[in-house]
Amino acid sequence: MSNILRILFQRLALGLFTLFIVSLIIFMGITLLPGDAAEAMLGQSATPDTVAALRVQLGLDLPPHTRYFNWLLGALQGDFGTSVGSGQQISSLIGTRFANTLFLAIFAATIAVPLALILGILAALYRSSVYDRVVNVVTLASISMPEFFISYILILFVSVKAGWLPSLANVQTGVPFLVRLEMTLLPALALTLMSVAHMMRMTRASIINLLANPYIEMATLKGIKKARIITHHALPNAWAPIVNVIVLNLAYLIVGVVVVEVVFVYPGLGQLLVDSVQRRDLPVVQAACLIFAATYILLNLFADIISIVTNPRLLNPK
Amino acid sequence: MSSESDPLLLEISDLQVEGFSEDQWHEIVKGVDLTLKRGEVLGLIGESGAGKSTIGMAAMGYAKPGCRIKGGSIKFNGIELTTASEEEKRKLRGSRIAYVAQSAAASFNPAHKIINQFSETVIHHGLGNRKQAYADAKELYRRLKMPEPDQIGFRYPHQVSGGQLQRAMTAMALSCRPDLIIFDEPTTALDVTTQIEVLVTIRDIVRQYNTAAIYISHDLAIVAQMADRIKVLRYGDSVEESATRDMLSNPRENYTKTLWAVRTFKKTVKPPDPQPAALVKVDDITATYPGASLPVLSNVSLEIQRGETVAIVGESGSGKSTLAKVITGLLPQDKGQILYEGVGLSSKYRDRSSYHLQKIQMIYQMADTAMNPRHRVRDILGRPLKFFLNLRGNEKEKRLRELMEMIELDPDKFLDRLPSELSGGEKQRVCIARAIAAQPSFIICDEVTSALDQLVAEGILRLLDRLQQELNLGYMFITHDIATVNAIADKVVVMLQGQVVDQGAKDEVFAPPQHEYTKLLLTSVPEMDPEWMDRVLAERAAKGGMKAAGY
Repeated sequence: MSNILRILFQRLALGLFTLFIVSLIIFMGITLLPGDAAEAMLGQSATPDTVAALRVQLGLDLPPHTRYFNWLLGALQGDFGTSVGSGQQISSLIGTRFANTLFLAIFAATIAVPLALILGILAALYRSSVYDRVVNVVTLASISMPEFFISYILILFVSVKAGWLPSLANVQTGVPFLVRLEMTLLPALALTLMSVAHMMRMTRASIINLLANPYIEMATLKGIKKARIITHHALPNAWAPIVNVIVLNLAYLIVGVVVVEVVFVYPGLGQLLVDSVQRRDLPVVQAACLIFAATYILLNLFADIISIVTNPRLLNPK
Repeated sequence: MSSESDPLLLEISDLQVEGFSEDQWHEIVKGVDLTLKRGEVLGLIGESGAGKSTIGMAAMGYAKPGCRIKGGSIKFNGIELTTASEEEKRKLRGSRIAYVAQSAAASFNPAHKIINQFSETVIHHGLGNRKQAYADAKELYRRLKMPEPDQIGFRYPHQVSGGQLQRAMTAMALSCRPDLIIFDEPTTALDVTTQIEVLVTIRDIVRQYNTAAIYISHDLAIVAQMADRIKVLRYGDSVEESATRDMLSNPRENYTKTLWAVRTFKKTVKPPDPQPAALVKVDDITATYPGASLPVLSNVSLEIQRGETVAIVGESGSGKSTLAKVITGLLPQDKGQILYEGVGLSSKYRDRSSYHLQKIQMIYQMADTAMNPRHRVRDILGRPLKFFLNLRGNEKEKRLRELMEMIELDPDKFLDRLPSELSGGEKQRVCIARAIAAQPSFIICDEVTSALDQLVAEGILRLLDRLQQELNLGYMFITHDIATVNAIADKVVVMLQGQVVDQGAKDEVFAPPQHEYTKLLLTSVPEMDPEWMDRVLAERAAKGGMKAAGY
C-alpha cells in the first residue's frame, strides 16, 4: 500500500511542477505580447506620461520576475487581480463563468461517457459487423466536422426547423435547474457528438487489443460466454487506457468549449476568454489560461490515479 | 450420442487446419488422424511449426484467431465438433474438455484471484455454487501439493510463482472433472527442478481421476514420462505413432531418431593452457538493482581465458543474466571489479573506452527483439563496422561479405533481407555476425539457443565453436540447459540465488557432481527413459527428499 501512496505522491508533485511551468509559460507569453494593460485601459489617445503613471500605479514598471511572483502568490490565494475592462475582481468575474462551463461539461459528459462505453463495448463484441461499421463511420464523421459547423447544423435542424429546443443558451443566474437543462441541451449535444468518437474508438481498441491475450483464449477454452469474457476478463484490464481517453475528453469538454460557447452565446469561461482577448484585457486572459491549465493537469492526474488503483499488480503487491 | 461405456473418447480423422498470413491460406495441419481412449494419455511431439498445439486446440473444436478448421472430422464422445454449433462447443469446453496452457503466468487473468478463476468455470457451467467450488479448489490444491492450499487461491496470479501457477492451472482444468485435458507444453516455461515436481503432480492427478489427456511437448524425454502412446509430428503431418516403450526402443522413421540423436555435437576439449592468463576476470562482484534492498549478486568471482568457454548454469532468478549486465557495464556493481586483460573496467559502460566496448560483445536469447525490425541485415552488420572499425564503401562491403561467409549465409541472398524475412536460426546467426563484426575477444552468449529447435540449436553451437577456434574467442555461455553445457563448455560455474555454489572444469563439476545443488540440477534433467521420473523420485525419497536438501 505504501508503494501506491508513494506513486500517488510522485504524480501529485509532478502535476504541481507542471502547473508551475505552465504558469511561467502563460506569463511569459502574455508579457511578450505587444502593449500592456495600461495602454489598453487608456486607449490610443493617451499620452506617454499618463501611460507611464498608470504603469507605476498598476505595478507594471516592476521587473518581470517580481511581477510574476506577485501574480503567482496572488493566484495561489485566489486573487488574480482586477479586470482592465470592467475594473471588477477577476476572481468573482471568473467564478460564475467557470461554474457555468463546468455545468455544461458535466452535462455533456453524463451523456457522452456512458454512450461511448456502451457503443465501444458493443463494437468490440460485434467486431467487423454492420453495427461496428455504422458506429465507426457515424462517430468518425461527427468528429471530422468542425465544432461550429456541427453547432450550426444542430441549431438549424433542432431549433429553427423543428423548434424543439432554444438555439441560444444565454442562461442567467437564478434560472431553475430544469429550464437550465433545456437551454443547455443543444450545446451539450454538440459537445457529445464531438467527444463520443474518441472515447468509443478507444474503448473498442483497448478491448480488442486485450482479446489477443492468452488469458482471453483461456477463458474461451473454459467455455465462458462471449459477453462475460468482455465484461469480466477484458474490461477490468482495459480501464487504464479507457479512463485516460475519457479524462482527455473531459478536459476537452472544459477547455475546448470556446467555439461552442461562442456559437450558443453561453456565458462560460471560454466566451469570457474570447471577449477578454478582443478587449486586450490581459489579466483576465492570464487567469483564464491558468485555470484551464490547472483543470487539464488535475484531470490527467486523476486519470493516472485511476489507472494506478485499477492495476491489481500495484494494489496487491507480492 | 454414444454412451459413457464407449471406449473411444476422441476420434480425429483427416484433420486439416489452415492459417491466414500474407494474404493467403496456408496449411498448418495436413490430414492428421488421432484416436484416444478413456483414461489414456497420448503424447504429441515435434518441433515448432509441427502443428502440435493446433491439433490440441482442434480437439476442443477451436482454432486460433486467423486459423480455421478446413476439413476432416473431430468426434468427441460421439459429438461431431466440426459441425457443432458454437453454443454446443462452448458447453463442452471447460466442462468436458479442458486446456492447460504453456505459460500459466500469461493465461491467468491478472485482474482476478486464482480461486475465482477456478470457480468461474464450475459456476458458469452450472455444476455447483461458489462455496462448493471453493471447497473443491482447496481440495485439488492440496492434492497437487501446493503450499498453503486453503489460502493460496485467494492470491492474485502475479503473487504466486510460475511452478505454483502451473499447478493452479492444472487444478482449474480439473474443476469440472473433464473427460479430456489438453496439456500444451505445461512445463516448458519452468526451471528443471520445478519441472519434475509439476510433472509428477500432473501425472498422479490424471491417473487419480482417470482423465484422458493429450500431452504436447517438444521434449521427447518428458513425453516419455507422461504418455502411454506417442505420436510424432512434423510440418503438420504425422510421422509415426506407437506405444511409448516401442517408440523409445525401436523408432521406425529417421526423423524420430534425429529427435533424440540431438546433442551429438561435442566440443573438442583442448589441453589446458600451461600459463593461464585471464582474459576477463570477475573479482568478488556484489550488485543490487536500483530500488531493491537485497543484492542480486553476492561475492561472485570467476575467470575466463582466451579461446575458452565458461558456462554459467542456474535457474531463473539465480543472477546469470545480471552478471552479464555487470560485465557489460549496464548495471554498476556495489563492490568488486571487472578486469579485462588485467585492466580494471569502469562500472558504467558510458565511462569505458571504445576499445573495451568493442572487445566485449553480447548475443541475446531473443534474436527477434535484439534486432531493429526495420533495418536490413546490411545495416545491422554495417553499424559496428562503421562505429568501431571506421570501415566505409568498398572495404565495408568486402567485410560484410566475409562476415556472411563466416556465419554460413549467402551474402547475395541475405544481405538485403529484413529480420522478418529470416528464420529463427538465421536471425541468431546474424546476431552472431553482428557481435563478430566488432572484432571482439570476449562474447557473452545469453541463452542463445533456448528459443530454437534442437537441430537448429545444434547448428548454432557448431558455428560458435568454429568461430571460437578461428578467432580465439573467450565465451561466457549463460544457459539453464545442461545438455547445452555438456556440448560446449570447458568450465562450468553453477549459480544459485546470486551466488556461485560450484565451479571448475566441466568434468570436475559434473562427472560425478560433488555439490548437492549441482546434483539436484543434473538429476532433474529428464532422461530418455520412461522409468526416469519414478527412479529419481525413489532416489530422492531414499535420501529424504529434495525439500530436505534445502532448495
